[in-house]
Amino acid sequence: MANMAQAIRMALHYGEENLGVQEIFGEDVGAPLGGVFTVTQGLKTAWNAPLDERGIVGAAIGLAWAGSRPVAEIQFVDYIFNTIDLLKLAGNSLWCSGGKFPCPLVIMTPTGSGIHGSIYHSHSFDSIASKIHGMKVVCPSTPIDAYGLMLAAIKDDNPVLFLKPKALLRAKGKELIPGEPEDERALKEMIDAPIGDRSKWKPKWPSLEEFIVPIGKAKIAREGSQMTVVTHGRMAPICLQVAEELANAGEADIEVIDLRSLIPYDWQAVKDSIRKTGRILFVNEETEISNFGEHLIRRCVDEMFYELAVAPKLLCGKAIPGIGLNPGLEFNSVPQKEEVEKAYRRLLSEQA
Amino acid sequence: MATKVKSFRQTGKDPYESLSPETLKKIHRTMVLDRLLEERLIKMSKGGEGFFWIGGPGEEAFSVPLGFLVKKGQGLDHDYLHLHYRSSGIALAMGAQVIDSIRQMRTVMTDPYSRGRNFVNHYAIPEWNIMPVSPTIETQYSTCIGSAIAQKRHGGDGISIVNGGDAGSAEGDFHSCLVWSNRPANPLPILIIVVNNRFGISTPFEQQHGEGDISNWAKAFEGMPGKTINGNDPVESYLAIEEAMRYIRKERKPYLLEARCSRLHGHSSSSGANRVDEPDCISLFEDNLFQRKMMTPEEAKKIWTECREICDTAYSQVKTEPYPDPEDIWNGVFTEGIDDDYPKKGGS
Repeated sequence: MANMAQAIRMALHYGEENLGVQEIFGEDVGAPLGGVFTVTQGLKTAWNAPLDERGIVGAAIGLAWAGSRPVAEIQFVDYIFNTIDLLKLAGNSLWCSGGKFPCPLVIMTPTGSGIHGSIYHSHSFDSIASKIHGMKVVCPSTPIDAYGLMLAAIKDDNPVLFLKPKALLRAKGKELIPGEPEDERALKEMIDAPIGDRSKWKPKWPSLEEFIVPIGKAKIAREGSQMTVVTHGRMAPICLQVAEELANAGEADIEVIDLRSLIPYDWQAVKDSIRKTGRILFVNEETEISNFGEHLIRRCVDEMFYELAVAPKLLCGKAIPGIGLNPGLEFNSVPQKEEVEKAYRRLLSEQA
Repeated sequence: MATKVKSFRQTGKDPYESLSPETLKKIHRTMVLDRLLEERLIKMSKGGEGFFWIGGPGEEAFSVPLGFLVKKGQGLDHDYLHLHYRSSGIALAMGAQVIDSIRQMRTVMTDPYSRGRNFVNHYAIPEWNIMPVSPTIETQYSTCIGSAIAQKRHGGDGISIVNGGDAGSAEGDFHSCLVWSNRPANPLPILIIVVNNRFGISTPFEQQHGEGDISNWAKAFEGMPGKTINGNDPVESYLAIEEAMRYIRKERKPYLLEARCSRLHGHSSSSGANRVDEPDCISLFEDNLFQRKMMTPEEAKKIWTECREICDTAYSQVKTEPYPDPEDIWNGVFTEGIDDDYPKKGGS
């Protein structure tokens, strides 16, 4: 099975061939590296930009206003902070121009912790991104969803911020991407650049097919009846694993919702699940204080109060300036598997 | 080594003879119309018939010729404009209507540029490739990179044009534009303009900038033309812009043009927008036309009267037009609209 980096690469190739993508660019995005996470290896329209995030986002906006459908990369989301006013410009150009200037671009960027990335390679951006109104924000947790969301993002007439959970970029999926060869070694030989001299290498792309994950549509990763957990990105496989372990042990039946899209988000899926379970926990690795999950909790209280058996809960990152390099510091900063399990047990045991 | 491009018109004759009488009169009339429009907008701002004013009185001698020289139209075969908020002369020369600026000042629903949402002089005209003008300083120098990339890929002779002020050139976006447009891997056809009025709001240029001419930045890039001109003279402006455009359209490379202009009403309404004592490019132009007998004072007076009537008529019309429905805020969040589950209450 393809990993998430390969899945996004194949989606971008599909975009080049079928969806009108003519520019894929960013720092080290072109040959020979093809991106620090190899997401853009072998793509025919990928090129290296200057080390200038504002130029990258500005160029993407100008391309989009001029009718192109660019895909630009910010190498790590930690480097995106100096582009916030340009992201705001991308998000507001349609509204400010009275509907005349849509901005159909995709900005993709690795997000979150989990690779011992220390202070400036571990940031999350989810909550800040959700404040850039007019911009859609997606964050997959599986290769197949990454493929489908990237195609949806390219096709979308609005700007889309595509958050790539960096800890999951090497994680393999459980579902074949339409057109992907079944033998993962064959796929690797076809589309992964060799180590060493790549000057004569060219990828052999599989015959890929269109597969769209609609933006704004969550996935029920596991159906359950006793409580709901709403998560996305890097925390999704952890939340799912814990839920399955408790189910296999006969201890709990937990529903896991993988939001996939943060803006717009699938409120209907959240509401439906609360009606079923009456208990809800939000899990993400963003920091506390104006966390995106806090907004969802407020909305649950406002609109679903009488459907809730107990108060909704949030498990998220600690409100500190950075994520320390020492594993003990990192693990004490963002939710780990053990804390997810504890949070499940606490919510399940709370008296209704 | 920067190249100082010589004018193809450097023939030793009076520059005013380089342009046809019709062109000179067209430029003069549009400069007058632009000045009267801006004065009307200032008056509306002061009179409570609008809010903040910011605009370009004093820059007409540069902006109007530029507008006439644009290859106007929609799409990659035409020029793209990434403008700042002192560009009314460019827009009027391209064919924008006085009434639409007055609409934007009054924030009425008929404002074609923003539906009552943005400050005056913030254009967005897709039919003429005028990209949305943003109140942010200098972001246009980053966005122009994108349209120029698209034009370079497309071929043809369309160029991207960006303008802004001298103070804004301290922002990183200005330097992004210089670096990106001079990439050896893919030079870009951008006319990079800095209109130097020697102030950033209240701060004098000389206190903050040690580079002398801003066009000196071109010297950092091999072969990049850079030029500083007297932007208070419409003929010098016209010839310099024409020369720069000719170079960019043919070479598909950038050109840095600095125009020294007056700022006749200060930064904006925030500083009172009162008339200040700086050279007036229209008076200077009229003196030049009168001396050369290309126009009589009576003809000029008639043009001022006609343009004033255009502004008066437009103003009267706009006063009858409706304000936006407050619920219009929900239009344009996303291209497809927003669904029923989008949070719309503004809280609990």
